Amino acid sequence: MAQEFETVIGLEVHAELKTATKIFCSCSTAFGSEPNTQVCPICSGFPGTLPVLNKKVVELAIRTGLALHSEIPEFCKFDRKNYFYPDLAKAYQISQYDLPICKGGYLDIEVNGSKKRIGINRAHMEEDAGKLVHQGDITTTPFSLVDLNRSGIPLLEIVSEPDMSSAAEARTYLEKLRAILLFAGVSDCKMQEGSLRCDANVSVKPVGQKELGTRTEIKNLNSFRALERAIEYEAKRHTCLLEDGDGDKIIQETRTWDEEKQETRSMRSKEEANDYRYFPDPDLPPLKIKQEWIKEIKNSMPELPEIAEERLVKDCGLPEYDASIITMTPESLAFFDGCVKSYSDAKTISNWIMGDLTRLLNQNNIELTDCKITPDSLVSMLKMIDDGKISGKMAKDIFEDMFNTGKNPEVIVKEKGMVQISDEQTLVPILEDIIANNPRAVEDYKSGKKKAMGAMVGQVMKATKGQANPALVNKLLQQLLGR
Amino acid sequence: MALTIQEVEHVALLARLKLDDDEKELFAAQLSSILDYANRLNELSTEDVEPLVHILPIYNVFREDEVQPGTPREEILSNAPLLEDNQYKVPKII
Amino acid sequence: MELYELTLHELQDKLQKKETSSEEITRSVFSRINQVEDKVKSFITVIDKETVLKKARESDESGKFTGVTGIPYGLKDLFCTRGVLTTCASNMLANYIPTHSSTAVSKLEEQKGIMVGKLNMDEFAMGSSTETSAFFPTRNPWDLDRMPGGSSGGSAAAVRADEVIFSLGSDTGGSIRQPASFCGVVGLKPTYGRVSRSGVVAFASSLDQVGVFSKDVEDCAIVLKTISGYDPLDSTSVNIEVPDYTTYLDGDIKGMKIGYPREYFEQGVTEDIKQAVFKALKKFEELGAIVEEVSLPHSEYALPAYYLIAPAEASTNMAKFDGVRFGYRNISADNVIDMFCNSRSDSFGDEVKRRIMLGTYALSSGYYDAYYLKALKVRRLIANDFDKVFKDFDIIISPTTPNTAFKIGQQDDPLALYMNDILTVPVNMAGLPGMSIPCGFSNGLPIGMQLIGKPFAEGSILKAAYAFEQNTDYHKVKPDLGVK
Repeated sequence: MAQEFETVIGLEVHAELKTATKIFCSCSTAFGSEPNTQVCPICSGFPGTLPVLNKKVVELAIRTGLALHSEIPEFCKFDRKNYFYPDLAKAYQISQYDLPICKGGYLDIEVNGSKKRIGINRAHMEEDAGKLVHQGDITTTPFSLVDLNRSGIPLLEIVSEPDMSSAAEARTYLEKLRAILLFAGVSDCKMQEGSLRCDANVSVKPVGQKELGTRTEIKNLNSFRALERAIEYEAKRHTCLLEDGDGDKIIQETRTWDEEKQETRSMRSKEEANDYRYFPDPDLPPLKIKQEWIKEIKNSMPELPEIAEERLVKDCGLPEYDASIITMTPESLAFFDGCVKSYSDAKTISNWIMGDLTRLLNQNNIELTDCKITPDSLVSMLKMIDDGKISGKMAKDIFEDMFNTGKNPEVIVKEKGMVQISDEQTLVPILEDIIANNPRAVEDYKSGKKKAMGAMVGQVMKATKGQANPALVNKLLQQLLGR
Repeated sequence: MALTIQEVEHVALLARLKLDDDEKELFAAQLSSILDYANRLNELSTEDVEPLVHILPIYNVFREDEVQPGTPREEILSNAPLLEDNQYKVPKII
Repeated sequence: MELYELTLHELQDKLQKKETSSEEITRSVFSRINQVEDKVKSFITVIDKETVLKKARESDESGKFTGVTGIPYGLKDLFCTRGVLTTCASNMLANYIPTHSSTAVSKLEEQKGIMVGKLNMDEFAMGSSTETSAFFPTRNPWDLDRMPGGSSGGSAAAVRADEVIFSLGSDTGGSIRQPASFCGVVGLKPTYGRVSRSGVVAFASSLDQVGVFSKDVEDCAIVLKTISGYDPLDSTSVNIEVPDYTTYLDGDIKGMKIGYPREYFEQGVTEDIKQAVFKALKKFEELGAIVEEVSLPHSEYALPAYYLIAPAEASTNMAKFDGVRFGYRNISADNVIDMFCNSRSDSFGDEVKRRIMLGTYALSSGYYDAYYLKALKVRRLIANDFDKVFKDFDIIISPTTPNTAFKIGQQDDPLALYMNDILTVPVNMAGLPGMSIPCGFSNGLPIGMQLIGKPFAEGSILKAAYAFEQNTDYHKVKPDLGVK
């Protein structure tokens, strides 16, 4: 019988912390400025400069730790991680080695209806390096350019336990972690801007074997899709090698995900194995974090996704699935909350958010924060449906118009003359006309073929350009034909 | 203890120093004698001794998260050996 | 008497009484530099005279004289000075012009002190003789064939040769006290954290401290007051009030408890030096102090521990000199690793390379625990020794160095030269304030006495030093440079 294998995955996530200034100097962290315009001698690693820690970084790190159920030890410190690279200004990175700010913790995920708890090993504060710009590929570029705007931007590296066993679990973990970081307000988590970055450690072992297989680390995972694909690719690569008895060809190494070729590639160079020579940074006094400070941060913690999800299920009666989708970002939850306070049918709201709204956002590549539809305008539209002023079908068109123009549904309806005809005096003459012109259908209906009614309704809608209130047309037709 | 030439070469690469053969010999000998001297520390039992990194008993030295203007670009770049497009230019990495 | 011969406090007195002007003092100092600089070679950079005189006139015009206002001074060339070449006596920084000034320098500028130039030193402060300067050695004003000590050799020699009224240096393992001793001037290294390190090119961050060279103790107190204090740019500077150190200078040391550690009179200290310091201790007794022998049992381990900790920190502090953003670059390298290696090897001297190698080794995988961590533990033992003695004593007194100044080019065994720091290094390891004052001569060369205080008790060592100075004449004897 063929041997069964299982995959073991751990993720290292770098989240850029949402501060106005860098971790050790007062330069701005704003994204997208001209090269080397947000720099000073400190983040450029000039002689004689000294780091001074940004208090907000510590606060955000503690907040993250609390959100991930981590322990915040009383004592932590910064260490220097030494290596030479042109974008690393001081030729050492200030990081935390053996005493990080967050120890342990967990995060619960749900994949295919089954729940799983993923352990967090640690989270530590560190500074980002600068940006290297190559002419094309790093391996062929004749030279590179260094921009230090990013040098010194605060990062929190969150390291999971190797508790995930599929690409889908890894993706869900990252989605959930992203939601927590967004809700806690600690990071913008924009993967395309690099404010959320992920490396995956992947290994494969025979089912039941305790000892882990040789792991490889995949870097350059810039999207959820890349994460999923890369893990699938890498797990398959390991499994094939193991099945062929070539397990020794799996070596512990760093690999990069090639988005174009959809494969992982070894990043090994002939350079010697790294020896980072970590040691405590003498320029930075250690931290002693008092319980009062932790309590203060806990008390100011925004509502986290798991608590919001529970609230949506319990208080609003949403199905769990809907609640989990709505609570993926603080913006969609705020939108939902904005609707539900003036409209009681929560499920209808979530249908619109998860359906048409999400579709239009994706199609137009727009963030919810930039969306022209407001919770109030959606609620107005829903009330118009309920009042019979517009039909559900009309609503779909109106909604798209609202999305594109930002106009209120009432205005759109008025401008396009789309008001539903719910007035008997207007409808009756039209119906009488249609009855008169369709003796056959009338005959059929009277002889018991109820389907014939449908054809007549269709004709009414055609005659009114879809504006007739369908429920009222049905009622009136029955009355007229039954006469 | 004596440092081998291989060890000297390994350390030199970590430290990004290019040494010629004479320097390697010299450093192997000199570092060995300094390390011999340093080994005198092993005469002391330090099992229960807490390492001393920061002499001052100070903790939690912070800065508020307030932006200050950076250094003007032409100033900060004025010491650079080689520039292109207002960025530091370096030869190929791999 | 020429103006350049006077002390800071004498000149300040004249300035306040309008008996002279900063411009006159500055002219006098420049004429002295012209006279003796060729012999002593203290300076790496002398600022253009007209530029300096303009500054002097500005301070005269301000009409408000306090502290160092209007007084010409020099800086060890590792203090960053905005717009002024800052080389660290290295080819790596031969053309480096900082965009910002060190905090200590800014404080002198706020008081309108007059900076006349940047002083020679051992390359990146690594050395005890100023011979590792990439440019030239500085000469000891007492004997031009001898070195002035180091690493702040230029700062000590310039003060002794009357080329500046006072100067700043830095001290990681004795780099102020040892040259002060060799040149016969007052040199004070404050408590770690007393003076901001911001803008001072780092050698070993947990040991470096900025300090003062002066002609007498009173001058030292005035300059120390000016440069001390908490700096938001240095997280290891301490927010403790800076006293007016001159208030300690009353000469009254009755009942002061002085310990002299027996270990500091072994360790190869020459007989002349021992006798000079014992004689000084007698003087303290005469002045009413209580003098007793004490023990700092781990003293002999301070030096080996220091020569692991300091190079370890230095090895990573020096990594930023990679040829990318400033400093020397070897432009022939066609890839980044060669560019790093060649730039650094071309432009660092042997002593710098040696210490980078040593420190890299001590931190590297497999050796960290045996060397670096072990040294940190020993550092604790050394600090504890001092704590214990300071429970019963106000200050500690010892020789500053085991010998007087060497001839230039005499030492080629690095370890033998390291031994020179044996009596000063423990003070840095414990972060304590220490100063050296002249206390005698041996074959025409000055002998220094080291006074060590409790943390942030610079006042107590200044007090004792002042009392000694008022009752002796060593500080008044000056070398004859044959130009008067």
